[in-house]
Amino acid sequence: MDSSHGSPPVFNNKVIAWIDHRLPIFSYMEKEYRTFPTPRNFNYFWNFGAIATVMLVLMIATGVVLATNYTPHTTMAFDSVERIMRDVPSGWVIRNLHAVGASFFFIAVYIHIFRGMYYGSYKAPRELLWLLGVVILLLMMATAFMGYVLPWGQMSFWGATVITSLFSAIPVVGDSITTWLWGGFAIDNPTLNRFYALHYLLPFVIVGVVALHVVALHVHGSNNPLGIDPKGPQDTVPFHPYYTMKDGFGLMVFLIVYAGFTFFAPNLLGDAANYIPANPLVTPTHIVPEWYFLPFYAILRAIPDKLGGVLAMFGSIAVLFILPWLDTSRVRSCTFRPIYKWFMFVLVADVVMLGFCGANPPEGFWVPLAQIGTLYYFFHFLILLPVLGKIERPLPLPSSIADAVLKKKAG
Amino acid sequence: MRRTIVSAAIALAALTAGAVAIAAETVTASEAEQHPPHRHWHFEGPFGTYDRAAAQRGYQIYAEVCSACHSLSLLAYRNLKELDLTENQVKSLIKDFQVPDLNDDGQPIERPARLSDPFKKPFPNTAAAAAANNGKAPPDLSVIIKAREGGADYVHGVLTGYVPFDKLSPEQIKEFSVTKDDNFNKYFPGHKIAMPPPLSDDKVTYADGTKATLDQEASDVTEFLAWASEPHMEARKNTGVRVILFLLAMAGLMYVVKRLVWSDKH
Repeated sequence: MDSSHGSPPVFNNKVIAWIDHRLPIFSYMEKEYRTFPTPRNFNYFWNFGAIATVMLVLMIATGVVLATNYTPHTTMAFDSVERIMRDVPSGWVIRNLHAVGASFFFIAVYIHIFRGMYYGSYKAPRELLWLLGVVILLLMMATAFMGYVLPWGQMSFWGATVITSLFSAIPVVGDSITTWLWGGFAIDNPTLNRFYALHYLLPFVIVGVVALHVVALHVHGSNNPLGIDPKGPQDTVPFHPYYTMKDGFGLMVFLIVYAGFTFFAPNLLGDAANYIPANPLVTPTHIVPEWYFLPFYAILRAIPDKLGGVLAMFGSIAVLFILPWLDTSRVRSCTFRPIYKWFMFVLVADVVMLGFCGANPPEGFWVPLAQIGTLYYFFHFLILLPVLGKIERPLPLPSSIADAVLKKKAG
Repeated sequence: MRRTIVSAAIALAALTAGAVAIAAETVTASEAEQHPPHRHWHFEGPFGTYDRAAAQRGYQIYAEVCSACHSLSLLAYRNLKELDLTENQVKSLIKDFQVPDLNDDGQPIERPARLSDPFKKPFPNTAAAAAANNGKAPPDLSVIIKAREGGADYVHGVLTGYVPFDKLSPEQIKEFSVTKDDNFNKYFPGHKIAMPPPLSDDKVTYADGTKATLDQEASDVTEFLAWASEPHMEARKNTGVRVILFLLAMAGLMYVVKRLVWSDKH
């Protein structure tokens, strides 16, 4: 096989050549994953797209195996999960990989999102790429929420109660929507059944949107830590083997941490109350969602009005959809934005603080703290971002990626 | 101008971090007095295993004391073989147990328990369990160690944390409105617990000659329940060690390959 930039590859293997002439999958792989010109200056933040993809595949693979052993019925779901843990050969590995995997999928995706925000990857011409990413995040949240309901523990049941009841805040049609979601007048077997069906369906929808995300990525190629466009071959390297190997290394390090939790602390990120079978007559003292929803849960509870809280929570994701147009700065990377750079860290601190607020009961100083956090979250996106882009004076950009890389080597 | 904004941003970040730290501090302080003390467990840590002798003694406690009220529905008698008991030993443990079944004519009967039977339940159903226990069914103990904040420490704490009425301070009696008929437990949330003190010194006579103190009994039954909550814990940790060793080797290899591949670009 021989190929160079621009010209289509020539395959020596006759079978491959025959197939490729009719269905160019080999040319496609060659072009998009081997010779694909990629900026040469990625840091390790750029690993997390590949890591998230691997986690998606891993979640689907373990999920399909779990589905073959799980029973979606209110009287049997809890015991069937425990049966997987006890009696299904190696069932405990699969179940722990899946349960802990949900957390690590979110860790990978949250780092991936931070990367995109810090280095301005959402800016022209990558707005649609970013929007598709936010769609993936929303789908992941829906999938994770419904998956958490399936073991039918106390947090499954009461988490589902809290979240589905949010829709009743919608004026006029709210109650009808809630009844429709539940499949009845309370959370019961029909709810569990439809959540199971959707929890199995949505991951494949995510795969579809990820495919679009990758197609959009490959139109203009990846952004990079400098946020400037590659100007020629000296600024890029072929995707394979340079980034396949770098992603491979990063993936292994990520998997070590993931395996550490899966095999040595599988319940650390979960709630003990979810090992108590669901009981509609006993409300747990603190209903808390999984850790990856805590900041949004804090925003929901920060607003004293139910509809207002629901709107604020959905608004906190909705602002991400308009992020490319809220940012008025022409410079992508925070490396060259001396002021905004700090506010990025403040935003991270704010979201972490909201996470703590979400984990604690809404009383005492947690309430004003969550309100300040919520206010700041929206202030960051709706006011700071548009205004700062106008008044901030960015540092001078390097003339090219190669130039900056070589200067760094020399200095 | 820029300097002011930057310092404002840093100050804000520091403030948030401080607030979170203080918040975390207050939470631990207010909840500290209710937490049972941490004990060292044989199954702790990345290489911890179940103490089989303790778990066998713990089974004896369960069978002679707890099983009068608490079911262990996710376990079958055959599982006891995992506690280093032979098949014949398990058979002799269950030889007097009668379990409900149906005969060939579909009539309910009682027959001797087999290894394949799940642990016999003390009550035919939850309603009967609740009716016999002042309206609230005693919880199933199959996953109790996983289902309580604090796990083994909490279960041990509750079993040993009873305070007799005459030892309570007037403030405690007033604050929690305790009467002579209530059971006061230091570590149970709300302190008033329906379960009367289940264990005491010499509640059982251990077959292996171990002295049956309250603390010993509570530790043993907790060890047994920890095993019952997660019978595959040892396999989990063993596999984990091998998985992580493999991933470390793989990461090292990938790092070397990555360095070699990139050597012409650096």
